[in-house]
Amino acid sequence: MTEDKKPYVKPLPVPNMESEPFWSALKEHRLQVQQCKSCSKHYFYPRSHCPFCYSGDVEWVGCSGKGKVHTFSVIRQNMAPGFREEAPYVVAMVELDEGGVQMMTNIVECEPGDVSIGMPVQVTFEDVTDEVTLPKFKPA
Amino acid sequence: MSPSSLYKQGAIVGAYEYPSRSMPDKTAVQVQAECLVKALDEAGLSLKDMDGLCSTRIPGMQPISFAEYLGVYPTYMEATQIGGSSFVLYLIRAMEAIAAGRARVVGIAYGSLPTTEGRRIGTGTRIGGAGGEVPVEYSFEEPWGLPLIGTYALCAQRHMHQYGTKPEQLAEVGVTMRRHAGLNPYAKYRDPIGVDDVLNSRLICDPLHLLDCCIISDGGGAVVVAHPDIARNAKTKPVWLLGSGEAAMHSSSGHRDFTVSAAAQSGPIAFKESGVSHQDVDFAMIYDAFSINVIMTLEDLGFCKKGEGGAFVEDGRIGLGGQLPVNPDGGGLSSCHPGMRGMFLLVEATRQLRGDFAGTDRQVPNAKVAAVHGIGGFYGTRHSGVTVILTSE
Ligand SMILES: [Zn+2]
Repeated sequence: MTEDKKPYVKPLPVPNMESEPFWSALKEHRLQVQQCKSCSKHYFYPRSHCPFCYSGDVEWVGCSGKGKVHTFSVIRQNMAPGFREEAPYVVAMVELDEGGVQMMTNIVECEPGDVSIGMPVQVTFEDVTDEVTLPKFKPA
Repeated sequence: MSPSSLYKQGAIVGAYEYPSRSMPDKTAVQVQAECLVKALDEAGLSLKDMDGLCSTRIPGMQPISFAEYLGVYPTYMEATQIGGSSFVLYLIRAMEAIAAGRARVVGIAYGSLPTTEGRRIGTGTRIGGAGGEVPVEYSFEEPWGLPLIGTYALCAQRHMHQYGTKPEQLAEVGVTMRRHAGLNPYAKYRDPIGVDDVLNSRLICDPLHLLDCCIISDGGGAVVVAHPDIARNAKTKPVWLLGSGEAAMHSSSGHRDFTVSAAAQSGPIAFKESGVSHQDVDFAMIYDAFSINVIMTLEDLGFCKKGEGGAFVEDGRIGLGGQLPVNPDGGGLSSCHPGMRGMFLLVEATRQLRGDFAGTDRQVPNAKVAAVHGIGGFYGTRHSGVTVILTSE
């Protein structure tokens, strides 16, 4: 980490054997989720079996990065370090074009007041540390 | 119709809520112990009679640490931690244990002092608990900064979008709870408020305003469940379990319906088991952590159709004197919320069914059947729901 970079104080993901491909793809600025080859459902978060039909025959599929806001909240108060200074900010559930699978994220590059349910969004990759890249979404 | 196989196999014989909302001169375990002794005492029982113990959350290895503090040696224990609904679950477990002959008198107790300890419940950080053990799913949530309140806000926002639920309808819940709190001398906030007061209070996590959120108070309570032979000789009127159900709701692997809660599973199970219909229910105790909980729970339990909860809470319908009074004690929104409110749902339901408030405006007239629903955890990510139907008959 370079001297002029402020330390990142927000919680970071803890990749494990099942989720590592998700996080390492993000480092290369690719968003991917898992899809079951048996019942063809997309699911999230990552795990080694399909939670709909319990098949172990699952694969990683690349995402277009497009989706829409399923629900959201403008967070105006959070005493946790890193977020306290940033409020108000938006936490949303975005449903991806891939099977409508939902993931939690921040909506960035717009005013919190401009976010609405159904709003089309596009992934943007934020390299928050040398090791971790987070997928955030901006208005499409 | 016949009720649950647990009906009349055990009874709530004692119920006590600590009268204060600020106890700077006590420890949490002390409050918990005092409540348990009071609940036993009103039934004419003592710690010596108690062979089952249920408690959670107080630091230590529960319920063993609590047994150590009390100096008792239970032969039946329960401490499953599913959030604020845990105590409602313990009621079911206690009834099961007594029916199975594993216990005769089970104590369920709670004490927590967030006011005294300056603990933030809804807007503090959630991750990085002691020991550094981070649940797998938290990696996909914690980086985004969603506090506890925000998880409830995700449901409220989607409910408003999908069903046109209005901020004024959410506000009506808090207004009603405050009106009820005015009738409870121990409630923390008792001055009446109006819908405008809620809407003019600051937004914490849109669309939830400050007055859509439960208060933070110190508090404690206990209930005692006993074998029918003991209940028959107790000094109190017994309260029986007609039916019960439990449920876990989570992210549904990325396909969650945010307008539906765990109550949609636990409620129908409990009602079916109880053999009573919604028209038979005289009042409801619903864990009102946030205003949206009451609206969604009423729908999910089947008191109205999905999407009609907002309209249901209007026109005084959930107030004392209305069609279905909810939380006559003032609820978590105005009376008492030390973090896990499930205990107080049981205490108020029991006291209402016994007619303890007879002669006052707080008493639900002729209360014979109560629907109780506890919620635990984080509404929009993962939470528990436990429903019990109780009766005085
Ligand atoms: Zn499958």
